[in-house]
Amino acid sequence: MTTRNPTDATMGLSEGAQEIRPRSQTPVTELLREVGSVLRLSEADAATLAVDEPEAADDETMIINMGPQHPSTHGVLRLMLELRGEQVLRCKPIIGYLHTGMEKTGEDLTFLQGTTNVTRMDYASPLINELVFSMAVEKLLEVEVPPRAVWIRMLMAELVRVQSHLLFLATNGMDIGAVSMMIFGFREREEVLSFFEQVTGLRMNTNYIRPGGVAADLPDGWRASVERILDVLPPRLDEYDTLLTGQPIWRERLQGVGVITAEEALALSASGPILRSTGVAWDLRRDMPYLAYDQVDFDVLVGSYGDAFDRYAIRLNEIRESLKIIRQVLDMMPMGDYRVQDRKVTPPPRARIDESMEALIHHFKIFTEGFKVPEGEVYVAVESPRGEIGCYLVSDGSSKPYRMHIRGPSFYNLQSLPHMMRDGLIADGVAIISSVDPIMGEVDR
Amino acid sequence: MSTEERGTEAPVDAEDVAPEPERLHGALVTYSRGQQVLHVSREDYLPLLRALADDGFHFCADVTAADYLQARHPDLPDSVTPERFEVVVNLLNMQERRRIRVRVQVPGDDPVLPSLFDLFPGTEAPEREVFDMFGIRFEGHPDLTRILMPEDWIGHPLRKDYEVGIIPVQFKGAPSSR
Repeated sequence: MTTRNPTDATMGLSEGAQEIRPRSQTPVTELLREVGSVLRLSEADAATLAVDEPEAADDETMIINMGPQHPSTHGVLRLMLELRGEQVLRCKPIIGYLHTGMEKTGEDLTFLQGTTNVTRMDYASPLINELVFSMAVEKLLEVEVPPRAVWIRMLMAELVRVQSHLLFLATNGMDIGAVSMMIFGFREREEVLSFFEQVTGLRMNTNYIRPGGVAADLPDGWRASVERILDVLPPRLDEYDTLLTGQPIWRERLQGVGVITAEEALALSASGPILRSTGVAWDLRRDMPYLAYDQVDFDVLVGSYGDAFDRYAIRLNEIRESLKIIRQVLDMMPMGDYRVQDRKVTPPPRARIDESMEALIHHFKIFTEGFKVPEGEVYVAVESPRGEIGCYLVSDGSSKPYRMHIRGPSFYNLQSLPHMMRDGLIADGVAIISSVDPIMGEVDR
Repeated sequence: MSTEERGTEAPVDAEDVAPEPERLHGALVTYSRGQQVLHVSREDYLPLLRALADDGFHFCADVTAADYLQARHPDLPDSVTPERFEVVVNLLNMQERRRIRVRVQVPGDDPVLPSLFDLFPGTEAPEREVFDMFGIRFEGHPDLTRILMPEDWIGHPLRKDYEVGIIPVQFKGAPSSR
């Protein structure tokens, strides 16, 4: 195969080991980064760091692997830890075990097929991926989505946020030892997933939000199903409060664990609940509104300590905020088209195909060649349950993207993990990984 | 700061209307679908990013790249010499709630760019990803190793001359039913 030919011009680049190495073999700049000193910006802080950091000889410490098969690493995250006793001195996440080249694949799929690809990236909130990709394509096409499609998208985006946070509560509970929470979280998540099945036909990887609108209108009885979710969830969330929030063991395990400051989080490009837990009130839904988020009323929740408990509490209460938005969406859902009636972008209604030759041709063209997107490049970002998910899309005027890049929030959030782990105990490591809530499908893409 | 006040709502074809090309910190400004884009040379890349960080763009949202092997760069002003690679940096100003995008051309025969690590420590992983996928080296990066591919991998997958794999046909020797 020509692709792996060693005479390739790319040879000769120094590609070192990805692993954490003993201090004696690690260059100073790399070591400084791994112990987090590059983030301590003031010189006074740097001086205290030098005192705080005793020289650890190689024979006093131990370098171990945690993962990639560790059950609490949410898939295939491998952490290399340098330990002195039970204390974590250095930590380095090693990723790529789930890399399937989805950005490369995306260049080979049409814009219509692209949503089936991106939906598999962050598999815990698939509709958000479809949303950001579709919005990028629409930005390139410069089409306006009809109001009903906008509100359907908002309904689905908030429901996906609810089920993603429920999944977090379930796995977070399991990681920390509140195993009953795992059962509860998955049980409630199933309520939302069965609604997705009712609307889209699939529980996950739905391919429902597509460029130009959504795949199908909401089915009969959707309102009753959403109202059922709105009835069922709030008392259950109160149960979680009873079960976890006030519980001394839970608080002991999470409070003061994995602390990160606002400066560190911003410098490390962390977003979502991690950034908000440090007190930075930044939510793209409120601060740079997309869809119709400027027409609904909700609160942006912030923490004050930046620890694992804040991140847990923010996610739990964001479910309540999402339910608040969903309630408003139910009241304000307009009638009308659920997708753009532009035959060059969206297929004609099924019934038209039987009676119109042009409709048949359009249908055939869209599903074989795809629609052409004018030349250009855009970056579109929305708020996913994990933070800012962005899509950088380049079109060369054909029906396939020239370059499709997804800014996965988990990929960036994972960079803050070593700083949260540092100087902590290895037993807290599981709680910290869990509180970052990385989805490895999105990290590795 | 006066050139910045246009915000991202400025007209799409601003560069066609304005007789004098708009500049920000010496970098050429264009608008792509209403989004503000800066074009900068490799030499002015780090000073520009530093100036933008001083302007309040404290959050580096994204670092990525694209390989324009034989393709035309979209929306590139005439005065910018197109090169094979283009590194794209998305910055976010949380105070003014606006985004800016920096596009820098990187030649294919010498794919080197200064690292943004000292300015934005959050670019550590994405720069490694760009190195891994495109083979663009970042000078001053503390730990420039492959991040997604195995460390002994040869080639950079997102380059356009890196072909997608071919799955060999199974049962090649089996007689056809026809």
